[in-house]
Amino acid sequence: MENPNINQPGYEIPPDIQNQVAVTTLDRVYNWCRRNSVWPMMFGLACCAIEMIGMAASRFDSGRFGMEVMRPSPRQADVMIVSGTVTKKMIPQIVRLYNQMGEPKYVVAMGACASGGGPFKEGYTVVAGVDRFIPVDVYIPGCPPTPQALLNGLIAIQKKIDNEPIKGSRWYSKEPALEIPVPILGPDLIDPRKIGLIKEVCMQKAASSASDSLPDEKDQSQSSAGSQAG
Amino acid sequence: MEQAISIQAPDLAALFPQWAIPDPRAGYQGYLVQPDHLVELVTKIRDELGYDYLTSLTGVDYIEDGKLEVVYHFNRTVGGPGLVVKTQAPRDNPIIPSVTPIYPGAEFQEREAYDLVGIRFQGHPVLRRILTWEGFYGHPLQKDWKEPFYEEEAKPFKSRWPGGVAVRAEDNNPFGDNVQYPAGFNPEEWVPEGDEALYKAMRRLHGIDPDMETDRMIINLGPAHPSTHGVFRMVVLLDGETIVDLKPMIGYLHRNHEKIGERNTWLQNMPFTDRLDYVSSMSNNFGYALAVEQLMGIKPPERAEYIRVMMAELTRIISHLIAIGFLGNDLGVFFTPVLYCLEERELILDIFEAVSGSRMMCNYFRFGGVARDLPEGILEKVKSLVYDRLPRKIDDIDRYMTKNEVVRLRTEGVGVLTAEQAIRNSASGPVLRASGVPYDLRRAAPYSIYDRFEFDVCTRNHGDSYDRYLLRLDEIRQSLRILEQVLRDIPDGPVMTGKPQYQIKVPPGESYGRVEGPKGELGYYVVSNGKPNPYRYHVRPPSFINLTSLADMCKGMKIADVVVILGSIDIVLGEVDR
Repeated sequence: MENPNINQPGYEIPPDIQNQVAVTTLDRVYNWCRRNSVWPMMFGLACCAIEMIGMAASRFDSGRFGMEVMRPSPRQADVMIVSGTVTKKMIPQIVRLYNQMGEPKYVVAMGACASGGGPFKEGYTVVAGVDRFIPVDVYIPGCPPTPQALLNGLIAIQKKIDNEPIKGSRWYSKEPALEIPVPILGPDLIDPRKIGLIKEVCMQKAASSASDSLPDEKDQSQSSAGSQAG
Repeated sequence: MEQAISIQAPDLAALFPQWAIPDPRAGYQGYLVQPDHLVELVTKIRDELGYDYLTSLTGVDYIEDGKLEVVYHFNRTVGGPGLVVKTQAPRDNPIIPSVTPIYPGAEFQEREAYDLVGIRFQGHPVLRRILTWEGFYGHPLQKDWKEPFYEEEAKPFKSRWPGGVAVRAEDNNPFGDNVQYPAGFNPEEWVPEGDEALYKAMRRLHGIDPDMETDRMIINLGPAHPSTHGVFRMVVLLDGETIVDLKPMIGYLHRNHEKIGERNTWLQNMPFTDRLDYVSSMSNNFGYALAVEQLMGIKPPERAEYIRVMMAELTRIISHLIAIGFLGNDLGVFFTPVLYCLEERELILDIFEAVSGSRMMCNYFRFGGVARDLPEGILEKVKSLVYDRLPRKIDDIDRYMTKNEVVRLRTEGVGVLTAEQAIRNSASGPVLRASGVPYDLRRAAPYSIYDRFEFDVCTRNHGDSYDRYLLRLDEIRQSLRILEQVLRDIPDGPVMTGKPQYQIKVPPGESYGRVEGPKGELGYYVVSNGKPNPYRYHVRPPSFINLTSLADMCKGMKIADVVVILGSIDIVLGEVDR
């Protein structure tokens, strides 16, 4: 895509070599290459995935921006489009996929559900936004967002890439990337980063309701009976 | 069958007075049966009364009576009225005999009723949780079970209306998140049950020493797999490349449709139905509108009926186009057929956007009509599509794919489902009809104005993936035929009975509204207690029940065929998991 700034390095080019030699900065040419081959991960969650396919199809054609190469493997992908409702059963997989992506990596939260739970937020197995576990670069509103909106979101990622200096970017430094701890499925979703808090609150609850704990105990016995039957 | 089957529904109370009594509650149909006699009665219903098809099975929690109820809907694949049977068990010990040995199609539905309502089915082969996970806390559809973000029993919440103060649900939760744990739960001691139990059970079932490494191998496909059409997971036991056993694992998109539906008002559920089978939202609206209209006893005006049929048939074309296109993906022709199909889909979506304001989530139907009349000029657009463009394009797709050598080699004889298996497993829609059973609700139990149109119920006889593909092409052509008649006959007039209202009054009772959706029979079982919210709101999802047949289709096939077979069933995870 056209980038008016690519060969304007900020100092004067002698008139006799203008139009023959392009002078640019490493950052600019490197990011120009990167931004025009952003490979999304082929990974659909819910309704939004259909619009994501619509974006890649002929009418909207994300190939115009170099994003048509959908990769099913996280190792080959640059951007993860979280396209739909994130459930507690699915979030361990999503976190694992995110951890497996090579850096630099970007995340787009597509639609209301991925951004904050959306219409299903009150549901008992819905994660209220994927950003509770993985960092999100671009949020796209809509239920589902139109393919145009999704393209706009991906162009926002391109703009972000444009402004990332090689020197200052974390993924070119020597420290290894931090892995996000994978959530565990317990009686409810357990975020390993919150284990202390969970333990504390549950013990308090048990202590305070020791006298009038009938409904809790009943629930617990039902739950354990259920797992035995399974 | 030798003797003619009577068109009248049999009177169970007269036939089996010792077992069944008519349901005495006002607004309820069907018969109440004691759990002890259920298996005997259901066997008789199948073998003597000819009800060979278990349409729907679900649980309801009647907390005031202290009872959990299971509702069975039986039908005959030759058509005619349905039969509703109910059985009740006390809430503190909800044990009901399983009907899975009689109707294998009940397997997943019973697991769902166990998972969500907490009914334990005695004699069920594998009563594991299906939509939530093993170890989940409680049974969510019990009326006294509260979700972590619980605010009030029913909407509209008092905090929002009329006061208008919205509080972030996270702020009321001690963990600041959508979670809750039983008192005294210690996360450090928790050992996740994982899937090891399932793997061991699968090995044991097939006579393999569960602790020994053999050449039988267990492979997981999904939930993040490029060809599982969403977040679907299969656990496959392989002997070399041949499939010995397959277990579908679902629930990765379980977003609590039914629990949210019970908190919502009747009308608030309409946009949620869009998100069930998200490629055919208009059909989903249709079924729900029919179920509630049955309860309210109203009928939409003529023009609205025609608009509804038009939208439902356009939706069917979209859904079948997507199914055909993605079958190509699964065969390895990566994205070429899909692009042809999606091109036509976009044109139909333009019509949806013009009439409803949204491309995918139309939310267009209302109780007693549709939300608004067709905008000017849209009928001409539909006409040019139906008469000119679509028939040509369908013929094109037919020409490119049907005789293609790769398509034929990879689909013919792959994933065969016999007619008996299909009926036994309660399959519906294209999966059932491709096996040679001419059961189409538009004919078998005509709803709306489908009895006025001329069309053929398509069937194919081999029951393999190729036939399911061909059948979808046939059905698109029949849909176009119906659309031609709709466009010819559509009258002028109002599109809504009475005034549009936000809060409708629904008399107490139950009803089961069903339509022939693109994927199969889409049913809505709703119970009203006269309040502004449904007391129970259950969806009979065709994709979910069609999955019961997946294992039967796959056994003996190669692992590469699983993807094709799954593509030929055409599931949508929004509907499977809800």
